[in-house]
Order: sequence, then structure tokens, then C-alpha cells
Amino acid sequence: MELVKQQRDTASDLKTQEYFVNMGPQHPSTHGVLRLVLGLDGEIITKVEPHIGYIHRSIEKMCEHDNYRQIVHLTDRMDYLSAHINNEAVCLAVENALEIEVPERARVIRTIFAELTRLASHQLWWGVMGMDLGALTAFLYGFRDREMINDIFEETCGARLTMNYNVPGGVMFDLHPNFHKRVKEFIAHFKTKLPEYDDLLSNNVIFRQRTEGVGILSKEDAISYGVTGPTARASGVSCDVRKLHPYSAYDRVDFKEILMEEGDSFARYKARVLEMWESLSIVEQLIDNIPEGDFQAPTKAVIKLPKGEYYQRVETARGELGVYIVSDGGKSPYRLKFRSPGFSNLFVLEKLAVGSKIADLVAIMSTIDIVVPDIDR
Amino acid sequence: MSNEELQQQIAAWEPAAEFAEEGSQFLNVIIEPPQLRALAEKLRHEEATFFDYMFCLTCVDYPEHFMMVYHLRSTRHGHEMVLKVRIADKQKPAVDTLCDIWRTAEWHEREVYDLFGIHFNNHPDLRRLLLDDDWKGYPLRKDYVDPVNMISY
Amino acid sequence: MFAINLYDFSGTVNSIHQWLNARLTPGWATAAEWAIIGISLILFVAISVIILVYVERKVAAFFQLRIGPNRVGKWGLLQTIADFLKLLMKEHITSKNADKFLFNLAPFIMVTAVFLGLGAIPFAKGLQIFDINIGLFYIAAASSVGVFGILLGGWAGNNKYSLIGALRSGAQVVSYELSIMLSLLTMVVFTGSLQLSQIIASQQDGWWIFKGHLPAWIAFIIFMIAGTAETNRGPFDLAEAESELTAGFHTEYSGIKFAMFFLAEYVSLFIIAAVGATVFFGGWMPFHIDDWAAFNRIMDYIPPIVWFFGKVAMLIGIIMWFKWTFPRLRIDQLLVLEWKYLLPLNLMNLILVSFIVLMGWYF
Repeated sequence: MELVKQQRDTASDLKTQEYFVNMGPQHPSTHGVLRLVLGLDGEIITKVEPHIGYIHRSIEKMCEHDNYRQIVHLTDRMDYLSAHINNEAVCLAVENALEIEVPERARVIRTIFAELTRLASHQLWWGVMGMDLGALTAFLYGFRDREMINDIFEETCGARLTMNYNVPGGVMFDLHPNFHKRVKEFIAHFKTKLPEYDDLLSNNVIFRQRTEGVGILSKEDAISYGVTGPTARASGVSCDVRKLHPYSAYDRVDFKEILMEEGDSFARYKARVLEMWESLSIVEQLIDNIPEGDFQAPTKAVIKLPKGEYYQRVETARGELGVYIVSDGGKSPYRLKFRSPGFSNLFVLEKLAVGSKIADLVAIMSTIDIVVPDIDR
Repeated sequence: MSNEELQQQIAAWEPAAEFAEEGSQFLNVIIEPPQLRALAEKLRHEEATFFDYMFCLTCVDYPEHFMMVYHLRSTRHGHEMVLKVRIADKQKPAVDTLCDIWRTAEWHEREVYDLFGIHFNNHPDLRRLLLDDDWKGYPLRKDYVDPVNMISY
Repeated sequence: MFAINLYDFSGTVNSIHQWLNARLTPGWATAAEWAIIGISLILFVAISVIILVYVERKVAAFFQLRIGPNRVGKWGLLQTIADFLKLLMKEHITSKNADKFLFNLAPFIMVTAVFLGLGAIPFAKGLQIFDINIGLFYIAAASSVGVFGILLGGWAGNNKYSLIGALRSGAQVVSYELSIMLSLLTMVVFTGSLQLSQIIASQQDGWWIFKGHLPAWIAFIIFMIAGTAETNRGPFDLAEAESELTAGFHTEYSGIKFAMFFLAEYVSLFIIAAVGATVFFGGWMPFHIDDWAAFNRIMDYIPPIVWFFGKVAMLIGIIMWFKWTFPRLRIDQLLVLEWKYLLPLNLMNLILVSFIVLMGWYF
């Protein structure tokens, strides 16, 4: 004990110099063009300062000059992994403002697509999470399963990632005849593959050591920092928009909101993996019950929202996406604000990472699950 | 708390506040910049309201004034409201920061500063967030013109 | 002229020796022998690295549900050669404020270290460059010189990522050197010699992994863990850690200098596997079971060189399997694993083995 104390005393007399490392804009684990200025004391992080905006396209300004149909397609380019859900947010805002009754069929189709999108996003995240922690094989496993979902999308929409399938009033066209069969195949396939995810990462000793107790986010902080999505639910904040303000067909499906208590990286990881089971169950409940009928409600060619303010929330794969529209009665919005989940979630990074090691920063960033275009807009 | 109860409570705290509910699904409370801090503190900390979660912060550039828009939600009571601050001074718009009450406001305020040029008093780190540090002008203002990247048509 | 006997290379080696001595003065003959050894070593390293890189990529592809290289040559066999040619032709880039001398020196230290290590490895009966009486100690010493290359390369590149990677690697190699040496020492208590030929000879009637009971298995597992760490491979690839430090200590290297680091990594992988095969699995010694004469004769029919490379391939396969399965450790966890778990376990194992040997409780 005496020796340890002596060692500490000498260590405190040693002169150390804090140094700065520029992590990004080109860096394997910043998932895009995000730049972090790290203050480091050896391996320990003393400061994290995210610099964002490298792919800022001012989508909000562009929206002020576009009509509402065009805006829907712009949202794809924010969180490209939740493209369908972003589209849905704007469509729902327009529909609620105009009080358009969306056909049942379209609502169910939208929900199935949204959940498949969420699954695809989480699969990609899972793979990248493994890669960030050095398990390269996980990446390809995640992609294997995601590929099936992308193929399903491609068949119906003609696109794999940014589908543009939603339009105000419903969806753009009807489902492909193979859709039902292929979704069934995917459900059967993924039910056997999801336990593999646990075998490869969740139950791995090294993986658990790397994530358990790393980057703990308390419930109060999560609320105050405006963190949403699985990241907040891992800290015990009940914030699932699908439960709080049900939209589309979420009021008729039975699913659990995954809540964790620990708030560490492993809880955030676990919350997403469990969410995949829930999404799978939602798709399973709906796939046999797609009502017959129209897939689109008739809308006017030029959509004009009545004067007023509209706020629409949806739950993307990363959290709560808010669309705030101020309309002056014209064919484009007077002001449109996207409250993107990634923006608030990234802000909490400094809180979580200071005091931990470089390797922890990578784990924390992975479990926050950032998509840079979503942050920069 | 229902919207009516909220309205009564806020009117008791801040008699000068204006209320509006038309054209919005939330209760809108409009105040002037000097009243913001005191009312925000009460809304956040008083047990009756307890708005602990600010889910959106933005600004709108109207012809005569700027309007700061704060969307608030209480995770305990489940009620929601919109707090608006009318900034009449279009030349030197300024308002107090709320980032010590709701931490999430820090970056959102930086974004508003970046794109609208609203100055937030006492903000710990008021710099441009999305644009370059040497960018001229505030793009989301209605009178902003960019001769190079024409976006209006 | 030189009869090649796959079962015993000493005849071939002797005939070359005599042939040279008959035609040259003894001094020149020795020089010629050294030249032959050098050339064959370089050839061996080049070929084995090309094969290892190809195998690694195919193994990774197998684990990751991919096909792997399949365009250049039949089954992509020429892919590695194409890649090496590309690396050879690439521009040499040195960052502006780099320490040019050390920057250029580092890759050579790495390569020299691994060549030194190869010197004492017995590839087959009679096929060994020099059989010194402290062979095992010599290999461990030679392979740990490589860390200088990593440290210098990381320092000289004038890049913070490289520096962090180099310091991590320094801490790691110094720590795991202990474990690797102690686990080998455990086996030396059994063999009673550090000379590799004698270690192999002592396994005439059975490999130490079977003769040594549980302690040998413990030593083997520790050896595999420490060996993976020693070669800076996943899950211990903290020095490179591409998701944290972009490429770690060799961030600033390009072209042929990068290829040298690459080459050194694969040769040291080979050395670790070769030492493991020699000490635990009897090197080129065929698999023998005590009194099954017929079975033993069939085993003897397979040439020793095939036995040796088969065993090495198996151990390399296990190390590759590690890499493509596990996530990376964090630096503090890495050191905790060594100093708090592997080292005490190793010391206890050593005492246990000494006791077993004293009492004669082994075959």
C-alpha cells in the first residue's frame, strides 16, 4: 500500500502535457465527415469537441422554396438509414394539417416499411458496432441480413436505400406481388439469425468488458440533453413516439417499449438488439393483415397548408424526429425545422466520453448511433 | 395538466403573457425577452408544470420580428406546450440563454445563432456551429441573398 | 548429385558442404554456404508471406461469408503477388517533420528481427540453420527486437496516432514477452534443454502436449494468447486499432516500407506458430503412440517436413480464428489480463511443473 502511495505521489509531480488529436473529418469510426477535437492526457480523454457541418446542405432553407411534395423527397437525405420514416414524418404533418383520411391499406404498408427500415438500420448499426470494437466479422453478418430487406424494398419501390415511397395521402404505388412471400421468408430467416448476433457479440467476454460500465448516461441527463431513441431508453427514459403519440398503424399492434436501467454502452447495445425483436414482431403481426383497398387518398395537385403551425413527431431508428412547419397559406412552408435525433444525441458525447479512454470513445460513439447527414442536415 | 390549467398557472406567474391555441396543436405562450428567464425557471422547476424536456428549439424570421420557439414537454406529467419569445429588435436581436436550464439548448442555440444571428446572452460557447467560422450573413433570415448559390426561384 | 531425402536432410546438407569444400578454400566455402542460406531464407520468407496473406484473406472471407480474392489468377492465387507489385511501385512518402533516418530505419529493424528469429527454427530433420544450445531463448530475444521497430516507426513519423500506437505496442510487447517466456520455461522444465533439436528429440515417444498433462495445456493456452499479443494481431491489435488510431504505428508508411511491416507481421506469426509447434507438438516429429509399432510406422511414412508445416498451419489457423472472431481489447484490460491473470497463473504452473518433474509424474 505504501508503495502504491509513493508511486502516486511521484506520478503527481511528473510534468505531463495535454495534447490534442484531430479525430476526423476522415476517420474510420466517425461514420462520415464528423470531426472531433480530442484533448488527451496519455490515453485519457480530457476534452471532446465535435465540429459538425461538413455536409450541411441547409435543407431547411431549400424547403422554404419547395412545395410540400418535393420536401418529402428531400428528407431522404437527412438520416439515410431511416429514409422511409423521415418521408413519413413530412407526409403525416401534411395529412394532419389538411385532415386527409389516409386509407387503412396505406397506413399498414407504411408501418411495415417503417419497421423493416428500422430493422435494416439496426442491422447496419450492429455490424458497424462490431467493426468499431475490432470484430470485423460482425460487420458482414449484419450486412447479410440487411441485404434481404433492401431486396424487398427494391422490388416494391425500385430503390434500396432512399426509397421515396411515401407521398402525402398514402404511398406512391401498390405492393409488389412477391412482397408478402418475401417478407415471410425474411422473418423466418432473421428469427434464426438474430440469436447468432448474441453469440457473436452480446455474450462475448471482451465485448462486454468493452461496453459494460462505459459511458454511463443518467436518466436526468438523458432528458435534459434531449436524448431520444434507444439511446435514451437504455437510461430508462420512456420516449418512444410510437407509444406516446401513435401514428399510422402503431395503435393496433402489440409491442413492448424496451427500457433499460443501466444507461451504459452495453444497455444501449442491448436496447437496440431487443428492439429488433420487437420490430420483427410488429412486421409479423401486420404482414398477414394488410387490408384491401386504396393505397393512396386523392389529394390536390398543388398542396397548400392552411395558415398555422404544425408539429409532427415520428420515431426513427435513432430517436424522435420532429417536423415543425410554419405555414402562411402558400404552397411552400414559411419556415420548416427538422428536429433531428442525431443532433441532440451527439451533443451528449462530451458528457459521456470525458474521463474515459480513446477506445471507450469509439464504443460510446457507436452506441449513440450517429448518422452525420442527420446531424448536419 | 390540461391546457386551460396550464394557461391559468402561467397567467398567474407572468401576467403579461399572451396565449394562443388556434392554428397549433399545442398551447402557445408568447412573451417578451426580459420575461424569459424567470418564466423558464418556473416552468422547469415548479412541481405543477415540471417541463423537463425541451424537444425542439428554433426561430422564425417574421417581417416585423424574430420569434424564438421552444417546444416543451414534461416527462412526468405528459403535458406539452410551446413557449414563444417575440424579439422586436431586428437589428440586434438578443435573448437570454436557456442552456443551463435545458442542456440540449446549448447546441440548438448555437445553431440558431449560426443561421439566424440571434445573440444569446450568457451562452458559454456562442460560435458558429454548422457553417464556417468566416461565413458572412445568416442564411435562414428571409432577407439573406447568396449570389453564388442561388436557391430562390 | 545432391540426393534429397525427405526424411533426413542432413545427408543433402553434408553433400553440399563437401561439394563446396572440394572446390573452394574453406573460407570461401563457408561464405558460399552463408550466401545460399541467405538467399534461400529470403526466398522462403517471400513465398511463405505471399501464401500466408492469401490464406489469411481466404480464411477471413470464409468467416465473413465472402468469397475472398478470386479475380487474379486461378482462385485469386496471384492476388497477393499483384498487391506486392503494387506496393513496390508506390511512391515513398515521408511526412514533413519526420525524423528521416529513424523513419527509414524502423522497417529494416522489424524485418531484421524476424529474419534473426527464423535462424534457429528446425524445419525438418537436419534442416536448421544453426542449432545453438540456447535456441529457445535466442528466438524469444530476437523476436522482441522487433518492438524497437514499432517504437521508432511510431515516433519518427511525426503523427500522434502513430505515437499512441507505438506506446501501446511497447507496453504490450514488454508485458506479453514475460508470459511467452514463462510458458516456454514451463516446457523447458520438462525437456531439460533449451536446444531445439533436443526438445524435439525428447518428444520421440510422444508430444509434450500429451505427455505433460494439464500443466502443458495451461502453458499452451497461455502461449497462444501471449503469442497472438506478441505478434500484434487481433484481438490484441491495439497498436494498429484501425477504428481508433486509423492505422496505428504505421499510419505514415506507404509503399515498400509499409510492405516491410506487413511482411514482418506475417513472418513473426510464422515464428510464433513454429515455436509453438516445436515445443508443444514435437516439431517435425511424427505422431507416435508408445507401443503401437504398426501405427508408428505409418506415421513415420509421412515426411517430417510435412509434419512440421502441418502443425504450423494448424496453429496459424487458430491464431487467425482468434482475429476474425473477437473484438479488440482496451489497453488497460490488455495489461490487466497479463499482469493480474496470465502472469500469476504462469508462475503457479511453473511451480506445479517443477513439482511434477521432481516426482517423476509424467511419461
